[in-house]
Amino acid sequence: MAAGFAGRLSAILRGRRFAVLLFLTPMLVTLAGIAAWPLVRTILYGFTNASLSDLDAARFIGFRNYLDTLTLRSGRTIHTGLLADPVWWQAVWNTLRFAAISVSIETVFGTIVALVLNQRFPGRGLVRAAVLIPWAVPTIVSAKMWAWMMNDQFGILNDMLMRLGLLSHPIAWTASPDTAFLAVLIVDIWKSTPFMALLILAGLQMLPRDVYEAARVDGVSPFRAFFDITLPLIRPALLVAVIFRALDALRIFDLIYVLTPNNARTETMSVFAQQNLFSFDKFAYGSAASTLLFLVVALITLLFVTLGQLDPERG
Amino acid sequence: MRMRFLKTVGFYLLVAVIIVESVFPFYYAIITAFKSGNAIFHVDYWPTSFSLSNYAAVLTQGVFARNILNSLFVACVTVALSLILGTTAGYALARFRFGGRKLLLFAMLSVSMFPQVAVLAGLFEVIRALGLYNSLWSLVLSYLIFTLPFTVWVLTAFLRDMPKGLEEAAIMDGASPLRILVQIFLPLTTPAMVTTGLLAFITAWNEFLFALTFTSNDAQRTVPVAIALLSGATEFEVPWGNIMAASVIVTVPLVVLVLIFQRRIVSGLTAGAIKG
Repeated sequence: MAAGFAGRLSAILRGRRFAVLLFLTPMLVTLAGIAAWPLVRTILYGFTNASLSDLDAARFIGFRNYLDTLTLRSGRTIHTGLLADPVWWQAVWNTLRFAAISVSIETVFGTIVALVLNQRFPGRGLVRAAVLIPWAVPTIVSAKMWAWMMNDQFGILNDMLMRLGLLSHPIAWTASPDTAFLAVLIVDIWKSTPFMALLILAGLQMLPRDVYEAARVDGVSPFRAFFDITLPLIRPALLVAVIFRALDALRIFDLIYVLTPNNARTETMSVFAQQNLFSFDKFAYGSAASTLLFLVVALITLLFVTLGQLDPERG
Repeated sequence: MRMRFLKTVGFYLLVAVIIVESVFPFYYAIITAFKSGNAIFHVDYWPTSFSLSNYAAVLTQGVFARNILNSLFVACVTVALSLILGTTAGYALARFRFGGRKLLLFAMLSVSMFPQVAVLAGLFEVIRALGLYNSLWSLVLSYLIFTLPFTVWVLTAFLRDMPKGLEEAAIMDGASPLRILVQIFLPLTTPAMVTTGLLAFITAWNEFLFALTFTSNDAQRTVPVAIALLSGATEFEVPWGNIMAASVIVTVPLVVLVLIFQRRIVSGLTAGAIKG
């Protein structure tokens, strides 16, 4: 009887071990084929002289896509490669600046919207529905909608600002080098604040109500209550939201590509890499740029995770 | 008393600003799309005409109708594959004990968060080797990069939270793991599957980078790329009316979907980010 039970138990355990393998393998093989392997290949291509028209002829050239020194016959030396490419460094700067500014503003606005949505008031459902709309609009569509509103001749934004007396003459928002970056920021903040607000709202809704009751009885002002009670308590939720948005901002491609095409002031690392890969016939150079972008994002993620002490099981 | 009145007014003012700011760009796209001819070059804050000429032009000229079908196909197949692969993997990760589970979950989260450009060159090579360049299947395959980790992540969290020992009796009765998944967990998981399926659909419907890179002619484009590349007779003549009509056509279904499933989507987003 006991032996029979033990036998059955070990058969079940064997079956379950087999099942784990069976259930996980399709997903793992898919991800290995479309993510891990392509990542490795991209990194390898960065060390070759591959061109889009003939990938198979690629030869290993070491770090020359990253940095190379040429000595001219005149004796002058020139540095080539990504690390000596001012266009690349401009793209790095654009990306980091964009991520830092957009995520900071979105965090502040998102917190304000979340605090509003956390109140009980008639019409709250309507506000939440309205807030979800920018999130639901596809990025390309929001880029086009705003491009139309920011049109230099027929745009409603110029019209509004001139009626209010804030502008004396129309601005070419997306084309002018001085305002293109601002235009990108405006559209991104419009589109991404809802996501931030929803994540922060989820954090707010987990807070115990009695703490605020006690604070109110003690005569603590709502303002101080927010900074002394709410903010420390929602810190974990806030941190996760910031990480998600920051990683998203660091890889931004579509908005920039459509709203401000071919503009050195807004070109990001992703745009730089994609265009070198597929438009400029510099496949190897683009691969090297992709690799550097990956490294930058990995480093920043690592930094956040160590600083924030995130645990996937705990969340 | 007066203080409280002022506070209420201020609060509702803030509410009004949030609503107008959120809705206005889409509202403006809608009223622009209804204008015909030169009326479009006149700035109006309220609807002035209800002409359908832009919609007719977008749907009959060119291949935009085909682009919509392409997007539908890609998004639906991506959702189906993510759910099949995601449910089985999520079940294994949530209800079985084995080493490396945590590592696996972390690895998947990083896959969904890393920049897609990082795999672009290598993925292009894979897709060409499979003969899928300029095929809709190249998009299905590449979209799994972000829909699959997310689906696995959320479904794992959902299945893990179910009562311990739910399947114990079935295990001891000798039911196979597949049968346990289908008969016990699948019915209970339906809400989470609807949520993750919707979110996967939306991301696939909106994706731009892979769609731009892996398709090369107009008939194979998905809607975001088609809208981005919509151009007029000359380079300097941007068909704003058509672009706005196309934008409204692809956005209205999404907005309706999001508003109907509001609660589901919000809980899915936060489950993916916070609970995960």
